[in-house]
Parts: sequence; structure tokens; C-alpha cells
Amino acid sequence: MTDTVLDIRNVSKRFGDNLANDDISLSLAKGEIVALLGENGAGKTTLMSILFGHYVPDTGSVSVMRQMLPPGKPRAAIRAGVGMVHQHFSLAPNLTVLENVMTGTESLWSLGSNVSAGRKKLIEISQRFGLKVDPDARLGDLSVGEQQRVEILKALYNDARILVLDEPTAVLTKLEAETLFSTLKDMARQGLSLIFISHKLDEVMATADRIVVLRGGKLVAERNVGETSKAELAELMVGRKVTRPVREASTPGEIVLEAAGITVRSGGVDRLKSVDFRLRAGEVLGIIGVSGNGQAVLAQLLSGTIGRSAGDLVLFGKGAGDLTVADAVSSGIGRIPEDRNRDGAIGEMAIWENAVLERLPEFSKAGLVDRKAGIAFATKIISAFDVRGGSPTSRIRLLSGGNMQKLILGRNLIEHPRILLAAQPARGLDEGAVAAVHERILEARKAGTAVLLISEDLDEVMALADRIQAIVGGRLSPSVNAEDVDARRLGLMMAGEWGGSADAV
Amino acid sequence: MRFERREHRSTLLVIATPILAVIAALAIAGLLIAAAGAPVFEAYWKILTSAFGSRLSATETLTRASPLILTGLAAAVAFRARLWNIGGEGQFYLGAIAAAAASAHLFAGLPSLLQIPLLFIVGAFAGMVLLLVPLWLRLRFSVDEVVTTLLLNFVALLFVSMLIDGVLKDPAAFGWPQSEAVDAAARLPKLLARSRLHIGLGIAVVIAFLIYFVQTRTVFGVQSRAAGLNPSGAVFAGVPLGRTLVIVAMISGGLAGLAGTIEVLGVKGYVTTDLSPGYGYSGIVVAMLANLNPLGVVLAALFTATMFVGADGMSRSMGIPTYIADVTVALSLLSMLVAVFFTQYRIRR
Repeated sequence: MTDTVLDIRNVSKRFGDNLANDDISLSLAKGEIVALLGENGAGKTTLMSILFGHYVPDTGSVSVMRQMLPPGKPRAAIRAGVGMVHQHFSLAPNLTVLENVMTGTESLWSLGSNVSAGRKKLIEISQRFGLKVDPDARLGDLSVGEQQRVEILKALYNDARILVLDEPTAVLTKLEAETLFSTLKDMARQGLSLIFISHKLDEVMATADRIVVLRGGKLVAERNVGETSKAELAELMVGRKVTRPVREASTPGEIVLEAAGITVRSGGVDRLKSVDFRLRAGEVLGIIGVSGNGQAVLAQLLSGTIGRSAGDLVLFGKGAGDLTVADAVSSGIGRIPEDRNRDGAIGEMAIWENAVLERLPEFSKAGLVDRKAGIAFATKIISAFDVRGGSPTSRIRLLSGGNMQKLILGRNLIEHPRILLAAQPARGLDEGAVAAVHERILEARKAGTAVLLISEDLDEVMALADRIQAIVGGRLSPSVNAEDVDARRLGLMMAGEWGGSADAV
Repeated sequence: MRFERREHRSTLLVIATPILAVIAALAIAGLLIAAAGAPVFEAYWKILTSAFGSRLSATETLTRASPLILTGLAAAVAFRARLWNIGGEGQFYLGAIAAAAASAHLFAGLPSLLQIPLLFIVGAFAGMVLLLVPLWLRLRFSVDEVVTTLLLNFVALLFVSMLIDGVLKDPAAFGWPQSEAVDAAARLPKLLARSRLHIGLGIAVVIAFLIYFVQTRTVFGVQSRAAGLNPSGAVFAGVPLGRTLVIVAMISGGLAGLAGTIEVLGVKGYVTTDLSPGYGYSGIVVAMLANLNPLGVVLAALFTATMFVGADGMSRSMGIPTYIADVTVALSLLSMLVAVFFTQYRIRR
């Protein structure tokens, strides 16, 4: 290629026993979008950290515009025109957008700050790339998608010609992600070169020109987007054929959970408005919706962490009263929280403590915790659910996202719950872990568990659910059979257009 | 250079941390001693001999350590659950005055075996009440307890000052503001004859082990740890957050109140406004030095008491200001915080 802007040559990096990057070479042309695809731990982030000067490679070199970058110097990388958009933004929430963007661009020793020039430049860039943002808004008041826009603007403000985005869609809603990708394409058309790190096949196929697959620290394949398929990429990424499990036909049993006219009011707003649904043993009911439409509240309600303002909840044929967490757990509701790091685990506590925390009454005698039984319980989950990366006594924070999710699934499913409440169960997981989670959910369904699946991932819901209801603005649509709808119809339902044609429950 | 989270913390590292921190603090304080023109090693030797060189000094150091263990535990228990109780000093005084008043008026004449436990309960209860108020404000109105507990220290101290210059004033004290003496039967038995060392030390150490047991083995201990480490995760797992904090506050405030009770029953026998040389505040330092470990609190309290008693003696014989003790303890705290950081992170280049 004639217009090579970035050339990574034979880079290797070892951490202890772990060869994170093994002789990787990669180049990037002007105006090109390259996707760096790989599972968690494949070495994507390490490679980008070397490019950006956060890490010094053991061997190999990085050159930008035919100039060799000195290793381990982020400043040199920035000056050469490399911009990084981190997965966890490196922005200060108490500063304004403009202040955030300008931070680090001026000498610490200069007394004044040339705010008006900065503002002019920021507005100019934001118009050129269609990244709309209010320079004087406080960063903390912005949505996650807007904060990411600021992070991109900050890189562009530093005159970046090469932009690296680390899992840019991990924190975004579907709609925000689509906006982001059209912006990225526009930036490429204007001559910027982009690398984005991802493990999501759809977005990679839709956005990138070229796809580079890393596995176990090695570059295993390089494909132009027209010459490959999702199936091939998945296989390259995982190293074996991955097949997402298929839902078999089944006949659902009796109704185990019935909600009628449930309303949840908080802060003067109806978070849920007169919601109705019925959940039967041995079926998966999918609740689909763009996040922020009340599905989190529904999950909290059924988890027992918040109460309802009106409506009836009938659990196993009996009124559920004020459902508490203890009620939910003891009556056999397995719960997978939407945010596993915030709600699903106490990072600094041991794996076994996390396994038994919600069922301490079972694992204690006279107020004393039965440590032995707890460890045995955790050991059982670890082996039955193939949790890797930790022993029962190691802290749960050390587990990868997928393994933590397997543990959370395990602590719920190992006791064969009658109901499983799964909120965004595969969010942020890589392809192999998604398949494992889905398989477990379908297994539970087969064993007669009633599954309430809350998700914003269309593919996930269509693959797992027997019936689907959409949630929009706190209201729940009538249910439709999964066989009778396609992605287009579901998209309409998520937009609130569910018409009058509901299928019978 | 950047900091990277350590994946594993070895036991050796955890044990070595406070020791290295104290050594670092002594080294830095040594520079100050040298700057004051005194030989450093001799000064430290003097501190050690002044604190433990004779029967009198050793018992004095242990007597000082007893309330520090209790106030240290009070802070450690609360901090573990992320309840920032800075009000140990006020709870200490309230516990002391409540016990002194109850002994002089309510329980006077009761035999020791009955009276002393009753006074412990009264004193602990007073400390509890003083912490439950800020906790209620936090749970009900989200008022930051750092501010309320800190300011209540002054309220408590002035309240005690009012009492001992008013209704509880000892008429036999020649006009000095001090409370009436506690009943003779309420005085704590001595641990050693001809010394000020009383059974409070044993009580404090036993309580430290008890707290350790509660924190590591009981349902309440696991739940309060979860509540402190990740409140929303704890709520999801069904931990009653409010109730857990109330119990934590009762233990924390109770311990600080008990520290005051034991000090007044064990050492002085009456309350003045200089009963505590800042035991409540030093308890925070002790807890942090111990990395909030209840058994570590015992050792940290011993270290702090050693520095304070030893520095007094060293200052008399070498002419260095006793403030060197404050400086050393403060430096230990700072180096401990740095050391704890390095048990969690490593430096990568």
C-alpha cells in the first residue's frame, strides 16, 4: 500500500508467563478502518497500549508516517498523531467539555489559558466531523455516548491522524453505537485512519474495511471485509467452531409468575406503567427494549430490591406481597443482574463468599457462616459451570467477565430454580462465553425452569425466547410468538409500534 | 511509569507492610531528630527504655494502650463498613460521664461484680446514642457523617464540661471542674499491684479477638463487609443495608463509649475535660495503622502508646520536644497508607 500511516513490526510482549503479543505485524493505510478482533485476553489491548506508548515492547517497533516512535513515550505517540479513545474514559466529570478537551494541551507553566482559541478549534472540529457537543456542559451531566464523543474530540483536538478506539460500543446503546459507526466512517472518508478493538462480529462486519484477528497473542488472520463471513470470523477468533445453541420446541407448563397492572413509581415518575405478563414453566419470555425504558426497574422489582406502587404479582399461584430479596431467593427465583460488577459480585470478597452471599441462611448455623460448606458449594459450581481463573478462596475480581458470569449463573442454576430472571446475561461477553451462557439458559428451560430474559440484543432474544414482549417507556407490549416475528417487526415493537395484533398467550 | 493492580497479595506482603511502614517512619523521623542535634539511635533507644525500661514505665505504656485498643477497634469496625465515624472522642467522653454519673448516683453501693458490668453497659450505650444520631441523619437525609460525627465531638466535650461545672460538679474539688468520684466499688481491679495497670487491658484484648471472630466467621460479619465493599452488590444479595449499618454503629459507638468508661473507672475515678489526650482521634490512626484488622489494632495501639510514653521520657533526658512522638505516629500513618497502596498496586515502567 502506498499510503501507509502506521506500521507495527514484529512486536512481542511478555508478562510473566504470559506471552501477550507474539511477533505481531500490522499496517494501516490512510482513510482505512481496521477492526482488531479477538476474545478477551487475546492481546488486543496490549498491542494498542504498545502503539500508544503505555507499554514498552520486548521486541519490535512502531512507526507512524515512516517515523519510528520511541518506545514507552505516550507523549511522542500523541505528537506523532496517534489518538486513543479508552474503554473507560480518561475524563474528569467535574470539568466542562472544553476544559476536558484542553487538559494536557497547554504547558503547566504558562500562566494564562487560551480558552477562546481552544473553543474555536473545538467548535471547528466538532462541526467538521459532525460530533455535536456543548463546550460548556459539565462532563458529568452528559450521557455515556456524549462522553465518548468528548473523548474522541479530545483526540482530534490533539491533531490525531490515527484514532484507536478500545471497545467503543461496550458502553453504548444500540442506537448510540450506530451513530458512532457512521461518524467513524465519515472520519475515514476525511482521511483519518482508524483502528477499533471489538469482539462483536456484527459491528466489525458492518464498519471495518479490513479485519485483523488476534488469538492467544498471535495474529491468526487478516481478511478484507468482503472476503469473509461472521461464521468464519467467529471460528478464527475462538479457534474452533462456535455454534450458538439452538432452541428446541417444547410445551410450556403451568403459569409460575403472573404480573397484572404493575406500576412502579419513583421520583414522581412512573418507571413501570401497568405492566402485564405471564411466565410459564419451561419457556423463555423475552423482554426486549432499548435500555432506559424500564427493563432495569422490572428486573429490580422481580429481584426483590425495590417495591411496587400498584398491581398484583402472583408467584406460584399465591400473591407475592412485598417481594424481598430473601423471598425471591428462598422461593426459587434465580437472579442474574444486569450489571454483574456492580450488583452481581463483591469484587474484593472471595469467590465462595460471593457464591453464598445471597443464601447465607442456608450456609450458616446459629449466625456462624459454614465456611466449609460454602467452599464446597463454590467448588461444585466451578467444576459444573467450567469457571476458570480462580479457586474458591481467591477474590472474584480476578475472574474475567465471562467466568464471573458463569459463576453467577452457576450459583443460581445449580439449585435448579423454578424461575430464572436473566437481565442482559451476555452483555460484554466474548463469543465463546455468550454461547456457554445461552446453552445454560436453554438447558434450564428444558429442565422446566421459567426464564424471563431481559435483553436489548435482538439476536439473543430471537435465539432464546419462545415469546417476546417489548418494553417502551415503562409499558409492556402484548406478547408475540417468536416464530411469528422477524427482526423488522421487533424493531418496530421496540420503537413502540406494536399495533393491536397481539397473539394469544 | 504507571501503577498496575496486583493480582495476588501474598500473606508475607500483608504482614511485612506495617513493619516496613513503621521502619520508614522511624527513619524519616530520625532525620528530624538529627536536625534537632541529637544522636538518632540514642534517642530511639531512650524512647524504648522510657516506654519499657522499668516496671513503672512498662505498666504506664500498657495503661495508655488500653483505651487506644478500644477506640482503635471502634474506628476499625466502622470503617470496614464504610461508616466514617470520626466521633470517637465525643463518644469516649459521653461514655465516661455517663458511667461516672451512674456510679455516683444510680448504682452507688452496689457490689463491684454487679456495678462494673452495669456501668459498662451504661457507658457503651451513651457512646452508641451519640453515633446513632449521625447515622440516622445519613440514612434519612444523606447527611455526610464525617462532618456530623466530627462536630459532635465538640458538642459532647462542651456538654461534659457543662455537667462537671454544673449538676455533676464535685463539691469537694475546691472549685475545680471535675465530676464526683465514682463509687469505690466501681473502680476496676488492678492487673498489677502498685501500678495504674487495670483489667481494662485484658478486656480490650478479649474484645479485639471477639471482633475478629465476628468479622470473619459470622453472617453479620460477612454482610457488613459486603455492605462496606460494595453497597449495591450487598443490596442485590439481600443484605439489609440500613440494619447492618445500625448494628455497626452500635458496636463502634459502644466501643468508644466503653473506652471512656474503662478509662474513668480504671485510672482516674472521676471525669475532667482532660481525661483523654485525644484517644478518640488517635483511635482513627491506630485503626488505619492496623489496616482495619482487629488483631492488628492491638499491636498498633501498643506502638502508638510506646511512642507517646517513650517520647516523654526521651524528651526529658535529651531535650528534644515530645512532639517528635506526634510526628512519628503521623509519619507511620502516612507511610502505612503508602505501603497499603503498594500491596494493591505495583509499579510498571
